[in-house]
Amino acid sequence: MKLLGDLFFTFFKIGAFTFGGGYAMLPLIQDAVINKHGWLTLTEFLEVIAIAEMTPGPIAVNTATFVGYRTAGVFGSVFASLGVVLPSFLIILLIARFFRGLTDLPWAQGFFSGVKPAIIGLIGIALWRLGSAALIDFKSILIFLGALLLLIKGRLHPIPVIMLSALCGLLLA
Amino acid sequence: MKKKTSLFDLFFTFFKIGAFTIGGGYAMLPLIQKEVIEEHQWLDTEEFTALLAIAEMTPGPVAVNTATFVGYQTVGVLGSVAATLGVVLPSFLIILCIAIFLPRFAGHPVVERIFYGIRPAVVALIGYAIYNLGRKILTNSFAYAVALGVFLVQLLFKIPPIPALLMAAGAGILYSNRRQKQMEEREAE
Repeated sequence: MKLLGDLFFTFFKIGAFTFGGGYAMLPLIQDAVINKHGWLTLTEFLEVIAIAEMTPGPIAVNTATFVGYRTAGVFGSVFASLGVVLPSFLIILLIARFFRGLTDLPWAQGFFSGVKPAIIGLIGIALWRLGSAALIDFKSILIFLGALLLLIKGRLHPIPVIMLSALCGLLLA
Repeated sequence: MKKKTSLFDLFFTFFKIGAFTIGGGYAMLPLIQKEVIEEHQWLDTEEFTALLAIAEMTPGPVAVNTATFVGYQTVGVLGSVAATLGVVLPSFLIILCIAIFLPRFAGHPVVERIFYGIRPAVVALIGYAIYNLGRKILTNSFAYAVALGVFLVQLLFKIPPIPALLMAAGAGILYSNRRQKQMEEREAE
């Protein structure tokens, strides 16, 4: 019971602070799930991100479902997924009632002019820590550079990039 | 004039959107646009743009934000519950299956090799996300300073992310207040 509560509140907190969506919540998940609770290792976390990229749905929800199941079974995945979705559900419900005008508030603009670049700094930290777990030898650094090149210069979709690097792993490892 | 909507319509439409939004984030915008604006006419383009701005400013995935908003606008609170459950359910079920079956393959040499290749690619994906976000967000020296400051503070002092975000928000409010005052003074002269 305590574990289910832990899962729910941990992912509620993650859901409440994932502005910008997608990769913006990686640092928060990392801090809570890996550092604080030890529910996943860095290596497992990288695998969850890859799975989340290749399957439909938001990464935050995917990670919540996966971590919930790992730690407390099907109930765990239900509690973690509900937790991660609930904050945005409640906030949007409020906004849907009062709608317009919100984006024009001056303090809100100031708030986000600070939060948005901070998110980049946070993702930078995630990159730093996950990089040190994944880039362990010459071959893995080569795969990293190749994948980055295909994404930025080749404008390839993430799914083919993941598949290509899986193939590289099969052939090189 | 918007059409009448049933709870089932909302649930099923957002289930479909949830099932095909591979990659998350902005990958699903074209699909939402087609279903919500063209097919069902639950929103017009102008409302959809305003909604995107709100989704940017509020926490949570864009797909979930859109589902909640459209559900509320068309049917009310029950509609927002039906649409939100619909958009989340496909990924919930798929990940549950993977989480159940993955341990059976863990440790298998072929699977280990595949993940050996995938892990560095994921690091590249994160690098790519920083590259894309950076081009949009890092447009002035204040933004650069905040990004770099948060990175260094995290690296050196291990401050948890949420206090770091709140500190950056405070800096942003102070900075934009000061800029506004400067602009007013300039206008007064």
